[in-house]
Amino acid sequence: MIFKISNDIKFSHFYRKLNILSLILILLSIITILFKGLNLGVDFKGGTLIEIRTENSITSIAEIRESFLKMNLGDVTVKRFGNENDYLVKIETVKSDDENFIKSINDKLSTDLGSDINFRRVENVGPKVSKELLRAGILAITLSLAAMLFYIWIRFEWQFSLGAIIALVHDVIITVGIFSFLSYEVNLSIVAAVLTIVGYSMNDTVVIFDRIRENLKKYAKISIAEISDLSTNQTLSRTLITSVTTLLALFSIYIFGGAILKGFSFAMILGVIVGTYSSIFIATPVLNYTNVSQKTILKEDKKNI
Amino acid sequence: MNFVDNEDNFLLSKKVNLGLDLQGGSYLLLEVDSQPVVKQKLQNKLISLRKVLKEMKIKYKNLKIKNETINFQLSTNDKERFEDFFLNKENLINSYYDQYRSYEMDYSIIDTSDSSTTNILLMIKYSKFGLIQIKNSILDQSLEIVRRRVDEVGTKEPTIIRRGNDRILIELPGLDDPNRIKKLLGKTANLTFRLVTENEDTFGSEMLPYEDSENKLNISKRVLLSGDNLTNAKPALDNQSGDAVVSFTFDRVGAKKFGRATTDNVGRRVAIILDNKIISAPTIREPILGGNGQITGNFTFQSATDLALLLRSGALPAPLNIIEERTVGPDLGEDSIKAGTISLMIGFLLVIIYMLFKYKRLGIIADLALITNLILLIGILTILEATLTLPGIAGIILTVGMAVDANVLIFERIKEEMKIEKSSIHAFDIGYKKAQSAILDANITTLISAIILFFLGSGPVKGFAITLGIGILTTLFCAYFFARHLSSIYVMRNKDKKIII
Repeated sequence: MIFKISNDIKFSHFYRKLNILSLILILLSIITILFKGLNLGVDFKGGTLIEIRTENSITSIAEIRESFLKMNLGDVTVKRFGNENDYLVKIETVKSDDENFIKSINDKLSTDLGSDINFRRVENVGPKVSKELLRAGILAITLSLAAMLFYIWIRFEWQFSLGAIIALVHDVIITVGIFSFLSYEVNLSIVAAVLTIVGYSMNDTVVIFDRIRENLKKYAKISIAEISDLSTNQTLSRTLITSVTTLLALFSIYIFGGAILKGFSFAMILGVIVGTYSSIFIATPVLNYTNVSQKTILKEDKKNI
Repeated sequence: MNFVDNEDNFLLSKKVNLGLDLQGGSYLLLEVDSQPVVKQKLQNKLISLRKVLKEMKIKYKNLKIKNETINFQLSTNDKERFEDFFLNKENLINSYYDQYRSYEMDYSIIDTSDSSTTNILLMIKYSKFGLIQIKNSILDQSLEIVRRRVDEVGTKEPTIIRRGNDRILIELPGLDDPNRIKKLLGKTANLTFRLVTENEDTFGSEMLPYEDSENKLNISKRVLLSGDNLTNAKPALDNQSGDAVVSFTFDRVGAKKFGRATTDNVGRRVAIILDNKIISAPTIREPILGGNGQITGNFTFQSATDLALLLRSGALPAPLNIIEERTVGPDLGEDSIKAGTISLMIGFLLVIIYMLFKYKRLGIIADLALITNLILLIGILTILEATLTLPGIAGIILTVGMAVDANVLIFERIKEEMKIEKSSIHAFDIGYKKAQSAILDANITTLISAIILFFLGSGPVKGFAITLGIGILTTLFCAYFFARHLSSIYVMRNKDKKIII
């Protein structure tokens, strides 16, 4: 490391200010999600997604859009996707009953653009399936939050689970909020990313909590704020190293993994950064606010005997 | 040695299956539309019910089907007799399913008596389990016919499985244009031979369109013969015209029926109807007695082949709707494999270099553990014959990034202990012990996410859950059994020197 991490950063001094910042971010995220909404992909909204590769590079987005407009398919969005000749087309209407639907689009597009059009990927999701997928996605995220809550509740005292769950909700809301703000598409792989973020953020929080519990047992007289600072400092280099290696892996996917994995790795990168931050500045302060002390821990020990 | 050979084969014969997103192919989810069958069955119930009521000499009124419910009125006096019959477990209309402890039909009674009559209204409909029973049997038959049709098209290693009680999932690896399959599955292929009639009463006839034009003909509702009686159908070229036709053969019963029908109706036109559309309506010139015939129409050889295929595989009991389709072209799959591999290698290298940079010699141990981890992970995926998808590759890369965490936790702990402990052996030992609970907690939380994702995710995302989950297990194994062993060797060799982390 270029700069040396001094081993006595007073994290607790920043708790209040940063918590207010987080609160503002969460509120902004919720407002964005509520009013701007999410850019749901065909997985969750139904419709047709076609990844197109054109043979000649002179084709412009406008020409493709024009051609689709003539087909009267309702709302159609066309955007560049990865390579120069690759485009992603999203058609909102669902026409699952017509088995010639895709072929007719290809024919018309080829005629209009005057060259062969290669459909590299077609996804056609009916309204019933998309509703089910959306429900399953929300259920998966809710379930994983509940499972984490349950796990940490068994392993630690309730103050700890409160802190951990607030941090998780913080991470999920802000990540989804940023997706809403940037109008990035939310599809099945984003749900997978959010679930992994939940696991990762929890992982980070647990390591600090584990140390706090250990230090609480060791030192009876020190205040929780100081214990928090001590524990955060002790685990800080681990927190940073693991974040760095995970981010290295994620940036590698983001840059080299192709267009399909872009959204997924972007969500994960956001999540790792927000998750690392929240373990230190959201989860741990909750222990301070709820006045955790050695008694809290000893009570638990007695309970276990 | 024989044993070794077998073991070799066991490993070699297994391979990592590539998901459709990597090798290209089509994924189709079909839903059976059971509505028409339920309606038909209810109609049959109505007919048997009428017969039974007559036999029991129960007077009834307004027997009809409304909203998928059989309604009729009967006198209060007959109510008990009817219930006795209807709830008798041996009765022929309302079966009793022991396994569900439920009847096939539910019924409810509404008292409609007023001063002049003492009638009640009975409403009978399929119970929940009755419907499940119908759906299951439709799905079983459909599955069989779908399998025959897909097999005949001859794609490699298709996967056809049932999903729930009204869906069929089809995976067709390597197929980048599912149009033909979709067309074949979109037809119920209900073939009937019916006479063209001049008699335009709506009760015995209906107007049906041609398949390839707007023209319509008035067709008798009486079915002379249906596709059930076909034993074979194949495409052929007509001897005289050279046009593509479908030639077919009836079974014995069919041949007899067709012979009689054509004898009685020489000079009239017989329409060949597929899914309520007329393919052709030739005039019967002479009785056809041999049980062989051919269907002419505006066929190309391809469409004649497809029609023959549909007729051979039999009619679907109910229409199928494609409710989800995902197709990936082979070139995109290849690109994805390339991109996935490159990002895996780069991510892997970056992490390895970073660990060397941070931990020097112990970094080598962590890196060796990481390499072992990757080999183990891929090995287990192979043995389990798990399907590798693009998100699955992302899961492997993520595992690489997160796997060093266990070693980082341990090394950092050891570093702390070194400050207090004189003996480096002790410091290592305590470091491993104290890091244990944090490592376990941390990995279990990620594992929980992976398990939930595995059960609720679908397709490619499931592949991610699998690699992530297995990755966590191999990570724990590598940190505790492999890296620990290596580091203890390292510490023992250097026990007199000061070890710097």
